[in-house]
Amino acid sequence: MTIGLGHYLSVAAIVFTLGVLGIFLNRKNVVIILMSIELILLSVNINLVAFSSFLGDIVGQVYALVVLTVAAAEAAIGLAILVAYFRNRGSIAVEDIDLLKG
Amino acid sequence: MLLHAIFFYLFASVTVASAVMVIASRNPVHSVLFLILAFVNAAGLFILMGAEFLAWILIIVYVGAVALLFLSVVMMLDVDFAELKSGMLSYLPIGALIGAVLLVELLIIVGAWAVGADVSKSITAPIPPSSQVSNTTALGLVLYTNYIYFFQAAGVILLVAMIGAIVLTLHHKPNVRRQIVAEQIARSKNTAIEIVKVKSGQGLS
Repeated sequence: MTIGLGHYLSVAAIVFTLGVLGIFLNRKNVVIILMSIELILLSVNINLVAFSSFLGDIVGQVYALVVLTVAAAEAAIGLAILVAYFRNRGSIAVEDIDLLKG
Repeated sequence: MLLHAIFFYLFASVTVASAVMVIASRNPVHSVLFLILAFVNAAGLFILMGAEFLAWILIIVYVGAVALLFLSVVMMLDVDFAELKSGMLSYLPIGALIGAVLLVELLIIVGAWAVGADVSKSITAPIPPSSQVSNTTALGLVLYTNYIYFFQAAGVILLVAMIGAIVLTLHHKPNVRRQIVAEQIARSKNTAIEIVKVKSGQGLS
């Protein structure tokens, strides 16, 4: 009953899939989409730390630290855009965010 | 070893379950709270893997800062989240299909994959035994020497994010009188004081 690299990678794969699924299911709600992106980044971090731990190379944890930084910055900017958008339009529904007519 | 397995399955199952609740719960405040639970349990997984510093960073940065930011924004926005939740079931078939395909592909890769024989030769910074050097020290020894530019870039990213967030959310209301420091400093004796010679007995007209 040894817990190997595959176990951790499986957990990361499941969390990654749940994050992607969350983006699909909650495509009206930007806040939940941002939380799903956080879940995806968390699964990437689990992957990096698992490889770092089982291969015995600490550089993976350095990368995990950088991913953590990017995730924090992304959350801050995303929520700031959300607040600014809500202040202008009074809504955060994704269908209303079409001013660029893309 | 058994204890390790027990804690792994505990942390892993709670992480996955709370990740499900993050995307499935009706109330976004509950979603944020389940996100916190997922992060705390992922920190437990990190500790099991020997990455104690990252585990604490995960709790401090994610639970302490990011999740609280989410919580405050969710509570601040006056949005009917139940209305946003509608139509979730219509997206379920395609979402479940793509999720299932993705998960099966990832698990096939995880199952069929093995570490190459000569991988150990290409390790750049081996982890020292934890009895001699703690995880935090080992990470710092690498991060502040070979990867100092990564560290600096992370700092720059955080600075840009901070400035961006401030610029995006700062706004001036039109009808508020503000202090204009430049005008105050530019005042001289001539613009500030008027000297009036008053003749006695006549007063000011």
